[in-house]
Amino acid sequence: MKAAVIRFPGSNCDQDCVLALRELGVETEFVWHKEESVAAYDLIVLPGGFSYGDYLRCGAIARFSPVMRSVVQEAERGKFVLGICNGFQILCEAHLLPGALVRNRDLHFRCEHVRVRVENFTTPWTNAAVTGSVLNLPIAHGEGSYVADAATIRDLTRQRQILLRYCDANGATTAAANPNGSVENIAGICNAARNVFGLMPHPERACDARLGSVDGRVIFDSILAELALRKTA
Amino acid sequence: MKAKVFVMPKRSVLDPQGVAVREAIHHHGLGSVKSARVGKLIELELDGSESEAQLHELCRDLLSNPVIEDYELSVEK
Repeated sequence: MKAAVIRFPGSNCDQDCVLALRELGVETEFVWHKEESVAAYDLIVLPGGFSYGDYLRCGAIARFSPVMRSVVQEAERGKFVLGICNGFQILCEAHLLPGALVRNRDLHFRCEHVRVRVENFTTPWTNAAVTGSVLNLPIAHGEGSYVADAATIRDLTRQRQILLRYCDANGATTAAANPNGSVENIAGICNAARNVFGLMPHPERACDARLGSVDGRVIFDSILAELALRKTA
Repeated sequence: MKAKVFVMPKRSVLDPQGVAVREAIHHHGLGSVKSARVGKLIELELDGSESEAQLHELCRDLLSNPVIEDYELSVEK
């Protein structure tokens, strides 16, 4: 099992992602954005950061990096692709996920631990959780407000693609628990095929007790269990 | 030959930057200003070989994101 963490100019969570995956025993490599192929990997991670300085729009320019052609191709073949924070923004710009991420409601850059509720535990990304479980994950973004038109939100809801919602400590998805103004407190979504997942919180920064939470492991444990299952099948 | 591309947040998308600018305008003393919206202007220098269709494609695919923004293209001969 091999994982790739893509490095765009301006990525700054690539080290954290590699460290978290290696600690979990996964052979993980950095892949520069000018590489032409990611076909050799089982899991492709687009890390957080400020690719291309967030010029034009977050993720808008990274989407045209050479490596992205292969990422899109592999995603269409069913390969697992995880986008965290800026990675989520890039996946939306690349049309691998619907909707977009815009400036936080209050214009503030929010850097804090939040609670998110797992909305669907039957996916490759959440199978280690139980529905309704509340995770403690850090966020660090200025443009994480998820928007999509009403028809898209209906589709996401009907197909149970909303995997995480911001909530309070009791799991209630209140307006006060929404750090950025995302529609319906959405913190993470997957595509209809379930192999592409994007989220604003940083699970890779919550895999070591010394960092205040190990809840991020739920996401990595889930996808690693899914990959192991596929290898033996 | 030049082209100008105006990119504005869609009406249906909250523009918190515009709201903050409106508040600042009010603090500046012009309370009569009802709203402000912040977009961008992108200037392109062309050699004239680009078709209008190509430019619109560029606007849709790269210069704006149709999920959250509208654009207006104006080509100056």
